[in-house]
Amino acid sequence: MRRELGFRVGIGAFAVLLLILVAAIGVELTRQSLLSIKEFGFRFWLTSTWDPVAGEFGALPFIWGTLYSSILALVISTPIALGIAVFISELCPARLRGPLTFLTELLAAIPSIVYGLWGIFVLAPAVRALETSTPEALRALPLFSGPPLGNGMLAAGLILAVMVIPFTSSVAREVLKTVPPAQREAAYALGATRFEAIRAAMFFARTGIIGAVMLGFGRALGETMAVTMVIGNNPQVSLSLFAPQYTMAAVIANEFTEATGDLYLHALTEIGLVLFIITLVVNTASRGLIWAMGRPARSRKPVVVAEAAA
Amino acid sequence: MTRDTMRRGISAVFVAACGAAVLVALVPLAFILVFLIKQGVQALNMDLFTHMPKPAGEPGGGMRNAFVGTLILTGLASLFAVPIGVLSGVYMSEYRGTRLAVAVRFAADTLNGVPSIVIGIFAYGIAVLPFRHFSALAGGIALGIMMIPIVARTTEELLLLVPETMREGALALGATRARAVFSVIVPAALPGIVTGVVLALARIAGETAPLLFTSFNNQFFSTNLRQPIASTTVQIFNYATSAFDDWHRQAWAAALVLVMFVFVCSLAARFVTARVQRLRG
Repeated sequence: MRRELGFRVGIGAFAVLLLILVAAIGVELTRQSLLSIKEFGFRFWLTSTWDPVAGEFGALPFIWGTLYSSILALVISTPIALGIAVFISELCPARLRGPLTFLTELLAAIPSIVYGLWGIFVLAPAVRALETSTPEALRALPLFSGPPLGNGMLAAGLILAVMVIPFTSSVAREVLKTVPPAQREAAYALGATRFEAIRAAMFFARTGIIGAVMLGFGRALGETMAVTMVIGNNPQVSLSLFAPQYTMAAVIANEFTEATGDLYLHALTEIGLVLFIITLVVNTASRGLIWAMGRPARSRKPVVVAEAAA
Repeated sequence: MTRDTMRRGISAVFVAACGAAVLVALVPLAFILVFLIKQGVQALNMDLFTHMPKPAGEPGGGMRNAFVGTLILTGLASLFAVPIGVLSGVYMSEYRGTRLAVAVRFAADTLNGVPSIVIGIFAYGIAVLPFRHFSALAGGIALGIMMIPIVARTTEELLLLVPETMREGALALGATRARAVFSVIVPAALPGIVTGVVLALARIAGETAPLLFTSFNNQFFSTNLRQPIASTTVQIFNYATSAFDDWHRQAWAAALVLVMFVFVCSLAARFVTARVQRLRG
């Protein structure tokens, strides 16, 4: 028995390393941002002056840019990702299922830097062409104001959307698989059309689907290279899709090695700390939802599909 | 129009929209791949692998140092990430249901979701700041931290697939638990575990953000682990954001090499997994 214990403790030590690692990331980031936390407090997140020379740091534009680009990506990618999940798991011929899954997952295999490269040389010029051809009347709206640069929020949102689609759709597909076939069969038996049956299945799987969308959101929040290369890197709080803006991850990528002075470095690390906390919360919540979906179906109430056949 | 035709109509539109969603996602994929191949093939030559970078603005040269750098960095990363990942995967599957296993699984998933740039800051704090200079070692640590959770989770999942009877057989023959795990269960899952490691390698080879302020960059050839080192991805980033056409060209070529490496890895992984599943019946 003692040897059994030795084995357990031996490999357990390696497993515990993972726990230590997560804790260490939190501790180290906090330690490295103390100067900035002490100096600015909450003001750090509410002001928008970013002036390393004067030692004034306000991170509002970065938080704004991160949330704006991620939500924009979510708005674009969610319908597409869910459409793909439904098509692959419910609609397409069995023979196409494997190849289509593989192709959509290739999108996740392309490195971020390659998306960025493509973004600089192909997407940004295309977006600029779109911007210059936008009618004047529309350009007057705050959503479309600003010079047509190509690099800006719209390009960032588009590229993030493409990058997030494979994550959301593959989780949504897994979630749809857990819907008991009886759900759909019951719907069809009541005379539901395909749309109505799938709607019932999706309603049944709603917690998991929300989890899948949140998982994509978590990915978008932390995405660095591709966004850095197309968003224009201009710290401003603007509603405009065409305006160059900045994100939390991008400012760290661009300025970390050039940060002179401890306060500057601590300010950048504090941005990293908050990014760490936000992604932690979003990912944990999303996994919680997906996990709740995977529980035995018996413990949950069946969905009423009678309305579908009314 | 009757209510019935309306319902059928909505359904047909929905089905068409789902099909269209697949096309909408495949269009950027095709665009990226076609453009990458077109630009990359034009610029791809042996010089890229055998020559060193020329000074800024001078055409020609290659990025031998960057390819070697990426090999060193990924090698360093696997050196410590594979043992930690595999052994914690073994723990999670052997002692599944224990509180520690649940906590470790949570930690692995958390680690997997941490943005790579944040891992970079962490590695900077523990491996650059104390020594006051960027180093290949710090880059390897950053990439290794990203690799651990991927290896741990695939190992766990694949070990759980090994039939319980194999463990019982080993134990019935008088093997200790350690013996059963390392002589019977892990070997049975080995092809899958190797696949997981290959996929993790493919993923970290394409990482840029965690290297920006750990291994930094080096315009010279270096294999010194305590000095900054070049990497393919950081080099692509620097070249892409530069003003020189020839550097843009080389960035595309290097990106093509990178994507081909990643695709070959995932295809190989798919092939192995399919084979294993077929053998298991």
